[in-house]
Amino acid sequence: MDWLQNLGKGTLSSFAAIGRATYLLFGALFGGKPNFKKAFPLLIKQIHVVGVQSLVLILVSGLFIGMVLALQGYTVLIDYGAEDSLGPMVSLALLRELGPVVTALLFAGRAGSALTAEIGLMKATEQLTSLEMMAVDPLRRIVAPRFWAGVISMPLLAIMFSSVGILGGHIVGVEWLGVDQGSFWSIMQASVDFTDDILNGVIKSIVFAFVVTWIALFRGYDAVPTSEGISQATTQTVVQASLAVLGLDFVLTALMFGN
Amino acid sequence: MSESELRLTSQLENSEQPSDWLKSPHVELKNVTFSRGDRLIYDNMSMIFPKGKVTAIMGPSGIGKTTLLRLIGGQLYPDSGEILVNGHNIPSLSRSELYKVRETMSMLFQSGALFTEMTVFDNVAFPIREHTKLPEDIIRTMVLMKLEAVGLRGAHSLMPNELSGGMARRAALARSIALDPELIMYDEPFVGQDPISMGVLVRLIRDLNQSLNLSSIVVSHDVTEVMSIADYIYIVADKRVIGHGTKEQLLASESPLVQQFLRGESDGPVPFHYNAQPIKQDLMQD
Ligand SMILES: Nc1ncnc2c1ncn2[C@@H]1O[C@H](COP(=O)(O)OP(=O)(O)O)[C@@H](O)[C@H]1O
Ligand SMILES: [Mg+2]
Repeated sequence: MDWLQNLGKGTLSSFAAIGRATYLLFGALFGGKPNFKKAFPLLIKQIHVVGVQSLVLILVSGLFIGMVLALQGYTVLIDYGAEDSLGPMVSLALLRELGPVVTALLFAGRAGSALTAEIGLMKATEQLTSLEMMAVDPLRRIVAPRFWAGVISMPLLAIMFSSVGILGGHIVGVEWLGVDQGSFWSIMQASVDFTDDILNGVIKSIVFAFVVTWIALFRGYDAVPTSEGISQATTQTVVQASLAVLGLDFVLTALMFGN
Repeated sequence: MSESELRLTSQLENSEQPSDWLKSPHVELKNVTFSRGDRLIYDNMSMIFPKGKVTAIMGPSGIGKTTLLRLIGGQLYPDSGEILVNGHNIPSLSRSELYKVRETMSMLFQSGALFTEMTVFDNVAFPIREHTKLPEDIIRTMVLMKLEAVGLRGAHSLMPNELSGGMARRAALARSIALDPELIMYDEPFVGQDPISMGVLVRLIRDLNQSLNLSSIVVSHDVTEVMSIADYIYIVADKRVIGHGTKEQLLASESPLVQQFLRGESDGPVPFHYNAQPIKQDLMQD
């Protein structure tokens, strides 16, 4: 009967964790009155750390993924004489799926794990407690700016990822494999819809940003304050955020494109 | 301040009786019971920390001294009992009231807890910038004065990782007095200090208490240092206060528990071992 006991225990502790995570989020977003004059510089700094410093990774990855997509797509499409459809194929794949999803996965590995480690270490070195004792709320001072920075940065990164990816597709498809430049762009323009494709992709990305940043912050804040605890928390961030992104992507795709 | 001056001031203060001190408490614990999980840490404990004095809490490691400071700071809540700081009952305060009271107190953590991504200067300026709207040039003056008081004015542009352990603790001390608190709590200030920085710290704690007219609570298990700075001393063991009084009163105490602690004997009425089954039983298990 041990498995039943463990199942019960596991379930209870997951629910307790969800409760603590919700408390963290509410405390960060709604605790106390906001002071925009103080919060704004903190937010800018975090957007720099979380967003700008992930930029190179995102751009390089986007470029390669776009190039690979064009290469793979071309070999399939050429058999049917449909290589003119390479433009829409690459751009739709990026805007609807790969842009938001791959950006979120890369973001979880690059910025998410760093957020968890940073906050976990602040906890372990009593910096968070000492903030509290200085009558400064760590949820508002530390967690909130990082949360907003993540939510703002990731959709922008995803848009840049897709744009660079399309550029990569163009380089491989048009310049290298010789697809007609005019049809590459014009068929793409004709078949990409603003609401259906671009907006839905951005909405996905906002949802992923929310979840990934939340998980990263919570794992750091909830970490066991030892070096082992922090390393575990960092791993958990990457694993849980990645799974959450892939799972949510299925749900969102079904909702948006499922009929 | 030299040793003899110290003795002189403490004699002068002694003209008012220690029994009077307890009538004007800054912090008072009334019948506090606290447990961590199933483990009882404090059982119905009462203490008084007088205004304007240095009060020490001594006790073996793991007895709950840090826990006690956290209870006073409102980071932990007792199972029952009252914790009064300047008459405010900490466990029953709302969050914003608690933050108001915290602005009048300060805690020096065991690790120092400096913010690692800021310079020493910004660390000390942090509470001032958070809680006041003072212009930068006044903040600069205030910060440099606080750093001067702990002998670190020259180190203001260093990062925390460039400081030695003793310097880090003094920088943290400068930060904790930045807003002139009324109460300052030191958690194990002497641990891991070389004899010189130990002497510096002992003098600083004493001097600050005098010059800023604050109440200090020092948690420590270093008998000699505590004896040299504390006006009033509590010895905590076995979930309760086993003895309290001035240095002289404690030295004259007849309680075997108190004597064991002051002499640092590992065997006596207070057990040295964490509760365990008999060692034979542990060793014989396969
Ligand atoms: N976060 C915690 N969770 C559970 N038990 C704790 C926690 N922190 C401390 N304890 C326990 O509480 C007791 C008192 O700890 P502490 O106040 O740090 O002791 P001291 O400062 O006197 O060495 C210890 O036995 C410790 O095991
Ligand atoms: Mg301690």
